[in-house]
Amino acid sequence: MSLTTPQSEPDVVVIGGGLVGGAMAYGLARAGARVCVLDEGDLALRASRGNFALVWVQSKGMGMPEYAAWSKRSADAWHELAALLRDETAIDVAHSQPGGFTLCLSDAELQQRVDGMTRLHNQINMVEYGYEVLDHAETKRRLPDIGKDVAGSIYSPIDGHVNSLRLFRALHEALQRRGSDYRPNCAVEAITPENGGFRITGPWGEIRAPKVVLAAGLGNARLAPMVGLDAPVRPSKGQVIVTEKTAPFLHNPMVTVRQTDEGGVMIGDSQEDLGFDTVVTQPIISLMAERAVRMFPRLAGLNVVRTWSALRVMSPDGFPIYEQSTAHPGAFVTTCHSGVTLAANHVLTLAPAILAGALPDVVAPFNARRFNVPAHA
Amino acid sequence: MFRPMLDPGAPAGAPLRFTFDGVVMTARAGDTVAAALLANGVAVNRETPVSGAPRGAYCMMGVCFECLVVIDGVGNRQGCLVPLEDGMRIETQHGARQAEFREGIEA
Repeated sequence: MSLTTPQSEPDVVVIGGGLVGGAMAYGLARAGARVCVLDEGDLALRASRGNFALVWVQSKGMGMPEYAAWSKRSADAWHELAALLRDETAIDVAHSQPGGFTLCLSDAELQQRVDGMTRLHNQINMVEYGYEVLDHAETKRRLPDIGKDVAGSIYSPIDGHVNSLRLFRALHEALQRRGSDYRPNCAVEAITPENGGFRITGPWGEIRAPKVVLAAGLGNARLAPMVGLDAPVRPSKGQVIVTEKTAPFLHNPMVTVRQTDEGGVMIGDSQEDLGFDTVVTQPIISLMAERAVRMFPRLAGLNVVRTWSALRVMSPDGFPIYEQSTAHPGAFVTTCHSGVTLAANHVLTLAPAILAGALPDVVAPFNARRFNVPAHA
Repeated sequence: MFRPMLDPGAPAGAPLRFTFDGVVMTARAGDTVAAALLANGVAVNRETPVSGAPRGAYCMMGVCFECLVVIDGVGNRQGCLVPLEDGMRIETQHGARQAEFREGIEA
């Protein structure tokens, strides 16, 4: 690694170069800021490398309808983001919005999902979007390859997916083309508010900027208090299987099964609360595979080429945290577990607002102060 | 281009009949599918999913995946790792494999 070269102070330092940090940095650079990104290296936990790549809205926002609206806004804006990235980088991130299914393998499971969607959409101020409850026959009509065990499904036309590894690469490529200063292997040890700005230090040296954006995923829990913010995030483990590439046969994404634009079938969506453990475990993987084969019997013949696990960045209620420090204005925290779905909002809405100096009202509900009030009855 | 190498005096395996893209061929027990194809002059056994370029068996030890073929209806089999059996129906792997329905797994 070469030593960082001295240069003029950036307008903003973004801490974290994953999908959230990459999107924030790209959005800031696009809005005209001189941006420096301080990233960890190849051993970073990096949910951006392990995620399931859905742009997903259905089922989100129970307990916070504003999150459903925020997710839908991003799903709507994703077309613009994909076009921007294609124009700037010539990288096609394979975004599509064909509508997504949640397949249920028993009547009880389907009823539970239907009740959940009813409660979700009965919330006051819930954003309007269409969804359908489909029985086996109607699901089979739309997805001819489902197995006999599929009792039914929930379908929503606003769900979609992307190639998230290409999204990751496109954000970094766009940053580079915008002349941003990307520094890998620069883990941050301390942030010190100083003279109305921030001094950010680590073993690599130090850098100063009038604004700092914390987008360090699970690292935000440690960094946020240094600038008077709170980001009590913890890891939630998810395991993923990918098969060999096959000719396309799944047009739509399911919440647990999707065929990528390159042909591999991903099977995922396990959730475990095991701290920073990232071991792939056979019982979980085999359960996921068994359910996927019951959903799509054709999967049974495919070879699995890789399994892995990654850590979601979960707040206590599962919703994002966006906040500017009141003690040290100019310091912002941005964290969520849906860096793919929300990428369009981060680039197009949040980043320009941060450069302008104030978060928009639409993200006011995502203030971390919500964790410090007693839950209402 | 290729021919079988035999140790002098070693017993030859029993002859096995198979088809490649419908053409009847013969090889010997103990041959792998990839070796049997090469011994029968088959230099191209697949077309890549990306560019459609023709490819033939290369490493013969399970690493390069150039020997992919369809065997008895199942795609993406590594010919160099599958022992030839009498009556096998072997076909060119054209592009990406299909996710076939398997016998015994009810749809």
